[in-house]
Amino acid sequence: MSASLLILIPLLPLAGFLINGIGFPNIPKGAVGIIGTLAVVASFALSVMTFNAFVTSGSQPFIVPLFDWITVGDLNIPFSFQVDQLSLLMLMIITGVGSLIHIYSIGYMHHDSGFGKFFAYLNLFLFFMLLLVLGSNYVIMFIGWEGVGLCSYLLIGFWNKNTSYNNAARKAFIMNRVGDLGFLLGIFTIIATFGSVEYSEVFSKAAAGFQVGDPVIITITLFLFVGAMGKSAQIPLYTWLPDAMAGPTPVSALIHAATMVTAGIYMVIRSNVLYSLAPSTLEIVGIIGGATALFAASIGLLQNDIKKVLAYSTVSQLGYMFMALGVMAYSASMFHVITHAFFKALLFLGAGSVIHAMSDEQDIRSMGGLRKKLPVTFITFFFGTWAISGIPPLAGFFSKDEILAHVFEHNKILWVIGVLGSIMTSFYMFRLLFLTFFGTFRGTHEQEHHLHESPASMTIPLIILAILSALGGFIGVPEALHGSHQLAQFMSPLYDLAKTANPAAFEHTSLSHSEEYMLMAISVAAALISAIAAYVMYVQKGAVPAPDSEEKSGLQRVVYNKYYVDELYDAVFVKPIKTLSNILYSFGEITIDLIIEAFTGLVNLIAKLLRKTQTGSTGEYVFAMVIGIVLILFWKLLL
Amino acid sequence: MPEVNIPAVIQNIPLQSYLILSTLLFVIGIIGVLTRRNAIIIFMSIELMLNAANLLLIAFSSYRSDPSAQVFVFFIMAVAAAEVAVGLAIIVMIYRNTRNTDIGFLNKLKW
Repeated sequence: MSASLLILIPLLPLAGFLINGIGFPNIPKGAVGIIGTLAVVASFALSVMTFNAFVTSGSQPFIVPLFDWITVGDLNIPFSFQVDQLSLLMLMIITGVGSLIHIYSIGYMHHDSGFGKFFAYLNLFLFFMLLLVLGSNYVIMFIGWEGVGLCSYLLIGFWNKNTSYNNAARKAFIMNRVGDLGFLLGIFTIIATFGSVEYSEVFSKAAAGFQVGDPVIITITLFLFVGAMGKSAQIPLYTWLPDAMAGPTPVSALIHAATMVTAGIYMVIRSNVLYSLAPSTLEIVGIIGGATALFAASIGLLQNDIKKVLAYSTVSQLGYMFMALGVMAYSASMFHVITHAFFKALLFLGAGSVIHAMSDEQDIRSMGGLRKKLPVTFITFFFGTWAISGIPPLAGFFSKDEILAHVFEHNKILWVIGVLGSIMTSFYMFRLLFLTFFGTFRGTHEQEHHLHESPASMTIPLIILAILSALGGFIGVPEALHGSHQLAQFMSPLYDLAKTANPAAFEHTSLSHSEEYMLMAISVAAALISAIAAYVMYVQKGAVPAPDSEEKSGLQRVVYNKYYVDELYDAVFVKPIKTLSNILYSFGEITIDLIIEAFTGLVNLIAKLLRKTQTGSTGEYVFAMVIGIVLILFWKLLL
Repeated sequence: MPEVNIPAVIQNIPLQSYLILSTLLFVIGIIGVLTRRNAIIIFMSIELMLNAANLLLIAFSSYRSDPSAQVFVFFIMAVAAAEVAVGLAIIVMIYRNTRNTDIGFLNKLKW
């Protein structure tokens, strides 16, 4: 695998961005879709080639130096790419799911006037995302990190004539800046501690020279985790993700479910050496992950916007991934990243297909009975729901169960939280499925008339993703189920350094097979029971969530209003800062204006005086001239 | 100091007299410029001042046997002639338009 082909992986989407971005709106729609999609499909093909070459050549990680980038004093930051198990897995997800979503977007965005702009942004996003995972040091990761944040902002506010969408975009951007501050501080601390940001150098120094629980390492990992909290929407920085649903649905699928939001997970797995050395940070990671998983799932129970349900579900699933990281189950977390990318992309795209058919209606209270009109969407959506609920043998079962098994080993309370979250997940997902596709149609007559299955460009990605959601779990079948867990084996070289640094944490405390079966049985039973409960409630009894106008009882109202967290943030942060900035603004207005006006007044005054000497009378001018000459002579000759 | 060869005629009159004469002429010129209101007379007064300066240059030139000052005098005369040509033309145009050359009346030189 030559280096030039590797460089092409991020460069092709960049080229697609440049062509579509500069050419917008002069390039015809057909060509835009083909250029944008081809760029991604080609980089997917290259990623697959790289992956194969990597595996056949014996899975040896390597670094591709591109050029010297920053050299200041002793600090040297090269611009280079690192190819190893982790970056390759991320490459495959990003370009693979990205390709499907591009194909889908051709159909979904077809009627939009910003078609070319949309594809340009999507390609730019992929460029930055690929940079993020390919970079061989934290600074390149940070470039990608900021770049994807920018693209997320641009795409959330894609329909920028709508003020509330713009506000959502701003919210996402600003909340991510809070996290980015943590990430930046982490990078600076790394530079101060190790004198380098190259992964290989930092990790080998950390593994060789630091004890478990070293305060410096804990500081670094905490800072980095703050960055991850922002990007991966964890408590308390999660409120931007549900609002991010203002963007077009393919964006929700690609950026806000499958790729960008998992950047935080990627970063922690990438820094596994540091995290393994900081058990107290891992505790915090696990607690925040668990809290987020449960909290977001409970909000998802009562949401009525099809995309909002999925958004809270994403926050909740990300919580599971962090929970796994918290107990050092790095591979399990990555496993869930992969399967989640499949089924959550599938669910979002399915939701997009529904919205497309319903003429932009997103409220599930106005849907119902869609399964006959949208058979392909229904079946694929059903697979997605099945997978995310953790019911075997679909992908979500294997990954979620592995996480729960690892959590159970370390912390029983966290495991209970995880199972509770899993019950809720299953309930709200089946609630969504039943309310959307079962029963009778509740929308307007016009919408009913307009209902239609989506075009092939949209259904084909759905079918592929449904197949992946169904079969994706088999890359990680656990030993207890007579599998060999290929993914964990493939990823295990990543933790070699961490194992030498903190051998105690990696000791094999495996559960017995009977315990594992029991855990599986519990979580599957829980998921099945809540699925059945949802069936009874929403299909047999035909219950429909009450309209907003109806009063709700205490707890229900609190949950429905997302625990008033947005309002709380508004009161605690937004309003005081607005007030302060207003005060500062008027202060600036008054003082600065006073100073400026004093100067203009002075100049005016002098000008008024001097103007009087300009009489226009020749005689006076001559007189002044003579006086002047006399004065000069007097001064020069006599003084 | 190089050897000075001053013509006898000039030697009859001491340098001080030339100085006093040219100063007188210059002051008369200044007074004329400052006090008179007719543009043409002001012009004549300026000429008087120029000639006072010229006289001084010639006197020094002769006393020091240095011809370069005389070259200056030629330049001054040429420039003064050109200036007068332009200035008189302007005054004539002003007179044609306003029937007046009183500088008290010509107070339009404002910015």
